[in-house]
Amino acid sequence: MNAIAAHASPVVRPRRRTGLRWLLIGTSVAFLLLFLVLPLAAVFVEAARKGAGLYLAAITEPDAIEAIKLTLLVAAIAVPLNLVFGVAAAWAVTRHEFPGKTALTALIDLPFSVSPVVSGLIYVLLFGAQGLLGPWLAEHGIRIIFAVPGLVLATVFITLPFVARELIPLMQTQGSDEEEAALVLGASGWQMFRKVTLPNIRWALLYGVLLCNARAMGEFGAVSVVSGHIRGLTNTMPLHIEILYNEYDYVGAFAVASLLALLALVTLAVKRFVEWRYGDELGHGAARH
Amino acid sequence: MSFELNDLDKRFGDFQALQGVSLSVKPGEFIALLGPSGSGKTTLLRILAGLEFPDRGTVEHEGHDWLALPARKRGVGLVFQHYALFRHLTVFENVAFGLRIKPWRSRPSRAEIATTVAQLLKRVQLDGMGERYPGQLSGGQRQRVALARALAVNPTLLLLDEPFGALDAQVRANLRRWLRHLHEELGLTTVFVTHDQEEALELADRVVVMNKGRIEQIGTPEEIYQQPATPFAFEFIGRSNRLEGKVAKGVLALGGTPFDTESLEGVDDGPAQVYVRPEHLALAPAQVEGGWHGRIAHVFLAGSIANLELEITGLAQPLLAEMGGEEVLRRGLRAGSVVTIQPRVLTAFPIDRTDGRPSAKLRRVLHPRYSQASVARLR
Repeated sequence: MNAIAAHASPVVRPRRRTGLRWLLIGTSVAFLLLFLVLPLAAVFVEAARKGAGLYLAAITEPDAIEAIKLTLLVAAIAVPLNLVFGVAAAWAVTRHEFPGKTALTALIDLPFSVSPVVSGLIYVLLFGAQGLLGPWLAEHGIRIIFAVPGLVLATVFITLPFVARELIPLMQTQGSDEEEAALVLGASGWQMFRKVTLPNIRWALLYGVLLCNARAMGEFGAVSVVSGHIRGLTNTMPLHIEILYNEYDYVGAFAVASLLALLALVTLAVKRFVEWRYGDELGHGAARH
Repeated sequence: MSFELNDLDKRFGDFQALQGVSLSVKPGEFIALLGPSGSGKTTLLRILAGLEFPDRGTVEHEGHDWLALPARKRGVGLVFQHYALFRHLTVFENVAFGLRIKPWRSRPSRAEIATTVAQLLKRVQLDGMGERYPGQLSGGQRQRVALARALAVNPTLLLLDEPFGALDAQVRANLRRWLRHLHEELGLTTVFVTHDQEEALELADRVVVMNKGRIEQIGTPEEIYQQPATPFAFEFIGRSNRLEGKVAKGVLALGGTPFDTESLEGVDDGPAQVYVRPEHLALAPAQVEGGWHGRIAHVFLAGSIANLELEITGLAQPLLAEMGGEEVLRRGLRAGSVVTIQPRVLTAFPIDRTDGRPSAKLRRVLHPRYSQASVARLR
């Protein structure tokens, strides 16, 4: 390796430091290959092992279809909710002074620091049969735990920080001058938001939504606690994969897993594109992920 | 279009941004709010714009309550220190913004907007730049776009926050003269904030000197420079020497030297804070009667003017004098020369006994008299 290194940068760098550089690069690449690329490739290889027919059968099987539908439904509710919340929270934190602002900022990060299992349990404690609101809910025939509302709640909780965390640093750097300029020029609050705020944060917003969506579809822990694993009813894709795997249906498990992995790759690609094309407009937010 | 600001108070947490500020702005006036950072000048501007509201006090515009109007209804043109151009819009769209967002009944047609914007861009000498984005412009160009954008809505009042603060010296000097011409051409009422005294004195019809949320003095640039009303105004504007003086039996003495001046009637015996401008110190290259005796410690030739550092018997600190560079050479004034120094104008703020501070109310502007013979030697 030393020989290659010396050849690559013959004059400027001393031999020893170049060697170190290649050692570091080599280690990181090997590490990435071993722990990221290889497993990811394995997912696709494993899924396709028994041929395209079985692969297609595994992902078009009714329970799998239901799981995919449910995952899309949960994401379709959770992501817009967190989009609205994220914009509102970022707005409140960066544009207003109010008591408890620091507490709010810290609270937004809570779902990141709490174990997903705990997040799920919180909802069981609240809405479960033995929970705080359980009896009242049962009386009125409302099912939350082991039903779709529970899945949505848990997902919303888990994915809450993504949009807000993306927007807050950006809106802080941008400041409120442009918004104030719009107001003084005669814009209403809504005009100001639509014509000035939104265009300024659009790429960071898209970025936050992508991350939020990837997590919403991929979340396992919290969803697992509140789901109840009822096939065709409360199984999202990650839960469905687990069940298939536990039943030694490797092709099925890996086929569905490949869909989730594909989603991750697409998210990554779009994210990279947005970063590359609109890096300036992402501000400090881009550097953190 | 007159504005009456009455007894405004504004507090941010523990910080008193404005305290009892009253000011009237006449139509067509060009007013500078001058002060160091934290003096409340920007807060005052933002109150006029409707971006901030005072805790107490009133603002009236032609007899109507100005504060009752939200920012968007005030029809004010505001230019921010850092321009605040809409970065995602072209120069053309930036200038057109205020017209495009009007409710459809009062909104001009597309063609009218295009004409207005083209005229404005021409006015600010940016014709042909309409398709560019703010990021592609220089600081001076951005500033002019910001101005065109503010002018597009036909403002009743033009507000400028440190308009030249972020520009380099050359551009700044050009732009401010241009702005003064524009103000006169359009007959606007303009209020601008600056911490640069030269800018304020050169541009404004009247200067409002602010410090710690209060107005120290309001006056024409000449009044502000020639007759600073408070010790702060004296120290903040222009250069000055500060001296500790003593009043005894109606006579002012500085460094043990008594000066024959106008009457100090009404001033009790006691200490006084005294200021003298460097250009008000006359020098004679010998010891003559009247004034201080001392020597020149340093001569700093700075182009056309010279700064002289003087050491004076009886005074603790050296004094700064200013005169033409040519004059210094002609009269052979150099470091080490023994000189007589005669202040022409002294401004005294006697110390108020009740609070131990120099009192602006008791201010006296004094013109010491010297014997004919000694004055002749100074020419």
